[in-house]
Amino acid sequence: MKQLYFDVAHLLAGGLVLASFVLLYQDRMSGLINVFTVQAILLSFSVGWQAHIQRAPHLYVTAAIALIFKALVIPLSLQNMIERMRIHREIEVVGGIGMTMLLGIALVALSLVVVLPATAAADPLAREDIAFALSVVLLGLLMMVTRRNAVSQVIGFMSLENGLILAATGAKGMPFVVEISVAFSVLIAFIVIGIFLFRIRERFDTVDLQELDRVRGDQR
Amino acid sequence: MPLTIALWSIAAMLALAGVVAFNQRVDATRIVYGLCFGFCLILFCTTIIPRGAVALTATLPLGLPWVGAHFRLDVLSAFFLAVVNLGGAAASCYAIGYGTHEKHPLRVLPFFPAFLAGMNLVVLSDDAFGFLVAWEFMSLSSWALVLAHHENAENRQAAFIYLMMASFGTLSLLMAFGLLAGSVGDYSFTAVRAAALEPWKSSLILALTLLGTGSKAGLVPLHIWLPLAHPAAPSHVSALMSSVMTKVAVYGFIRIVFDLLGKPDFWWGIAPMTLGAITAALGILFAMIQSDLKKLLAFSTIENIGVVFIGLGLALAFRANSLGLAAALAFTAALFHVFNHSLFKSILFFGAGAVETGTGERDIERLGGLIRVMPCTAFVLLGASLAISALPPFNGFVSEWLVFQAILLSPSLPQWSLKLIVPAVGVTLALSAALTAGCFVRAYGVAFLGRARSRAAAGATETDRWSLSAMSALLGLCLVAGILPSFLIDTISPAARQFVGGRMPAQGEIPWLSIAPIAESRSSYNGLLVCIFIVVSAFLAARVIHVFASRKVRRGAAWDCGFPDPSPMTQYTGSSFAQPIRRALGNVVFVAKDHLDMPTPGDMRAARLGIEIRDRVFEYLYAPISRSVGFCADQLNKAHFLTIQGYLSLVFAALVMLLLVVAIWR
Amino acid sequence: MFDLAAQGSQMSAVLTLSPLVVGFINKVKARFLRRSGPPILQPYRDLLRLLRKETVLADHASWLFRSTPYLVFATTWVAAALVPTFATGLLFSWSGDLIAVIALLGSARFFLALAGMDVGTSFGGLGSSRETMFASLAEPAMIMIIFTVSLIAGSTQLSEIAASTLSHYQLRVSFGLALIGLAIVAIAENGRIPVDNPATHLELTMVHEAMILEYSGRHLAMIELASALKLLLYLSVIACIFAPWGLATANGDARAFVYGVLAYLAKLAIGGFLLALFEVSTAKMRVFRVPDFLGAALMLGLLGTLLLFVSRSF
Repeated sequence: MKQLYFDVAHLLAGGLVLASFVLLYQDRMSGLINVFTVQAILLSFSVGWQAHIQRAPHLYVTAAIALIFKALVIPLSLQNMIERMRIHREIEVVGGIGMTMLLGIALVALSLVVVLPATAAADPLAREDIAFALSVVLLGLLMMVTRRNAVSQVIGFMSLENGLILAATGAKGMPFVVEISVAFSVLIAFIVIGIFLFRIRERFDTVDLQELDRVRGDQR
Repeated sequence: MPLTIALWSIAAMLALAGVVAFNQRVDATRIVYGLCFGFCLILFCTTIIPRGAVALTATLPLGLPWVGAHFRLDVLSAFFLAVVNLGGAAASCYAIGYGTHEKHPLRVLPFFPAFLAGMNLVVLSDDAFGFLVAWEFMSLSSWALVLAHHENAENRQAAFIYLMMASFGTLSLLMAFGLLAGSVGDYSFTAVRAAALEPWKSSLILALTLLGTGSKAGLVPLHIWLPLAHPAAPSHVSALMSSVMTKVAVYGFIRIVFDLLGKPDFWWGIAPMTLGAITAALGILFAMIQSDLKKLLAFSTIENIGVVFIGLGLALAFRANSLGLAAALAFTAALFHVFNHSLFKSILFFGAGAVETGTGERDIERLGGLIRVMPCTAFVLLGASLAISALPPFNGFVSEWLVFQAILLSPSLPQWSLKLIVPAVGVTLALSAALTAGCFVRAYGVAFLGRARSRAAAGATETDRWSLSAMSALLGLCLVAGILPSFLIDTISPAARQFVGGRMPAQGEIPWLSIAPIAESRSSYNGLLVCIFIVVSAFLAARVIHVFASRKVRRGAAWDCGFPDPSPMTQYTGSSFAQPIRRALGNVVFVAKDHLDMPTPGDMRAARLGIEIRDRVFEYLYAPISRSVGFCADQLNKAHFLTIQGYLSLVFAALVMLLLVVAIWR
Repeated sequence: MFDLAAQGSQMSAVLTLSPLVVGFINKVKARFLRRSGPPILQPYRDLLRLLRKETVLADHASWLFRSTPYLVFATTWVAAALVPTFATGLLFSWSGDLIAVIALLGSARFFLALAGMDVGTSFGGLGSSRETMFASLAEPAMIMIIFTVSLIAGSTQLSEIAASTLSHYQLRVSFGLALIGLAIVAIAENGRIPVDNPATHLELTMVHEAMILEYSGRHLAMIELASALKLLLYLSVIACIFAPWGLATANGDARAFVYGVLAYLAKLAIGGFLLALFEVSTAKMRVFRVPDFLGAALMLGLLGTLLLFVSRSF
């Protein structure tokens, strides 16, 4: 039975890593939002499974919050926002898919090398989940670094949050209060970013970061 | 006894070289090559005489008076001696036919036996002095052969670069041997084996050996001379250089690192493995874009050397962790690939020479349709292309399979760096294996199939009997090695036991002549059965269909979707074939840009497609080095024009510096 | 004696079932598109028709062109006969493992690409060069997937892999990655949508069809049969590795064999249905997006192997 716990937890965490990879090479807005939705659903299943094997009922609430906010509310409002800003048909220039994938694999290898030897004495399920979570965080950061469109950066930031939540649930015993505050801070950050995006769009008619750099006056 | 015969044969080869050099008779071509063929056969036979497990040694009073010349024939030397002389015999037999087309035979004839003798001496040497003298002798005689057609400026440039890289290699080996011999200065290998070395010394020797032997073998980034020098020499010499001389370099690496350096550390394997993987990928990607047939084969040699070094690196890593069986498997895979490559690369170079003699062209973009005018050569080259692409039932597949099995044993390596590097090496190996098949589909398809693209290709002549017999004999050996690999594995097994401390299970005892490198339940392969099944199925299918269905054939124009174009220029060329891969994979290794110049409608000039390829290794490594060397030379040139006071102050400064050194050292 | 009969029946079974699988997939695709579609046995009729026809050869086609169909058929049939379909551990199953099977398919592809170059038309070169590009990415992806699966199962022999999966079914991450990767490679190697359209004759979209454009009559029949065998082989490999339930073992009795046959037919039907479903729901990709698609399979295989190297429980 223990083996089944391991395997399903690993499958779900691995699915999260896979979703981060797919996010890396999406160049359409709608594709980005769909893959992010899939990632959020996988996150909620993963947290729910952790709740089952750790017998920690408060994690079910975390799973529900992730499902409702990150898989329903945020994607729907993002979809709404990009349609109002009329950028939902934009194709973004993404760096060569080969290079990005190789960098992604290198980052996964890096997180494995960092986490696994350092936690050799800990519970095997927890340490491997943390290794996967670190990979998701690093891949989210890679996405933020390689993108030019502000909406893609927001989604990269969100996937980074997903990785953090996975890490937090893997390490047993994250209190309820902390979880709610994390969720709310995410929501508020999202609202703020949304408002800013609208303002930027209104003023400059674009959310492309290179264009914004030019306006800022830093000619390169 | 076998060692004595071997040494006498080598002496005879040197004597032959001397006789030809001083006698200058032009019509002696066939006799000389025939004699070389005989000597190589004798040397090959000395290796298969059973010697027992003891190594034979001999000391001759040649060379330095207090060192003498030591020679040794143990299992490793015997294997490489067999490889060298098989290649040498085949090249001599080929040259009996090919050598008659040579316009300046006296530029080639004296150096050919000398080259063979030099390579044999390297393999048999048992002391550092003899090894280095033989190594330099081998390099210089091959340099002279590269310069055989020195009226061509490209060949002169190639020979210059070759000489520099060979000197660099010898310098590295000299320093490595100096460190090995230590301050005592006993250069014989037996003394070196007995001595213990500090770890920092071992790592330095490993690096120097990798530089020295790697430059001769063709490891990236020391490979730039190989695609220039190998095509410049006459074809039988190119075959020897590619298939045999590179293996002598591999022998040097194995002898120094596996034998003389003692037990390795785990990280010793990392450098050969990573360099081997990069070499394999780079070599085959460059081969994909070449249109000169011999340059393509030279780059393919680089790729195969990469595969050999991957196997050797894995063997080092396994041995450092005392995993004897896995180390034996990796070592066997590397040596098997050494043997295989010497066979099929020789055939391919012989074929390139046959094509060049028959058509006068080396550029595949000007060939085509040769399968109809040179049918026997085409058949043999088809077999060789199948062998090098690692396709069953030929021998290339067996060595690739063994390397993959060795990689599958690698998770047992405990070190983290190895755990991360081996999967990367595995994926690079898989990539280069797949690209090899594509490269040879391109080379064979463009050169031999289709329609002739030039008049030279349409009017080609078939090669002579000697060349064909040499090529066919080697192809037969390729097939035998692919069908009955267990014998070769069992032959390499004693060398594995001696040098990596483990052995594979005896393959001769496995029923049905399969090979099962680890255990029969784990993985096994039976080349004989696979070959029989394929042949029987093909014949059965052909027979059944011809008897029961129909055997009617009608000839007509090609269908071509209803728009057949009579001009052969509408066929795919080599560069168009490689374009998808150039576009998908090219930008990592080299910079490949297509420049298309399309005239506007109404303009009657031709459209132009230009392909720009920039070699990153040359640009980032060699060009800065040569620029800095030029810069330093320019600066030092100023020392020619000093005043008398300037010269006096130089002498004074040197004297003061030496006195300071003496003072500080005290 | 029984062993020989079992091996022989597997070899003839793969031969006779492969056109049926192709016909089944065409029928299902047509049904999804609200057509009634060709009968399931249509590929047999096509093969018979082609076999009886006269072959038309181009004037300058060589002996390589004429012998390639038989060689391609032979290598593909031997490869298909080595994959366990309804029983593992058959008489000659140890003569080639998964790597040998893939290499045999590589031989077939080598000859087919050469045949495409042989006639000296631009279409043949087009097909061969595109096929070479796909192969240069699909083969490494396949090898990495083989590594992943073999590291989990401890062997490269398909019978051993099936036995290992049967004994303790692995829901592991790397297993899942290998499944997705193998599905992608199988689609690419068999020339199915989204990589290649098996029913097209437009230059822009041809890959496999371009290589065999000049073949007619019995040669074309052999090549079509070989492609059908290749599809059956990939379905069998996926079934053997990821869904090995119902496979009879070498020393089973006749009832186990019958169950094995029925289970195999069911797996073929499900696999064909899923393939048809996938084909009607996506569009064909541009040729230069296929390296991205195959690169994804390569990365999945590499990730799976890396995870297994790092820790045994991945």
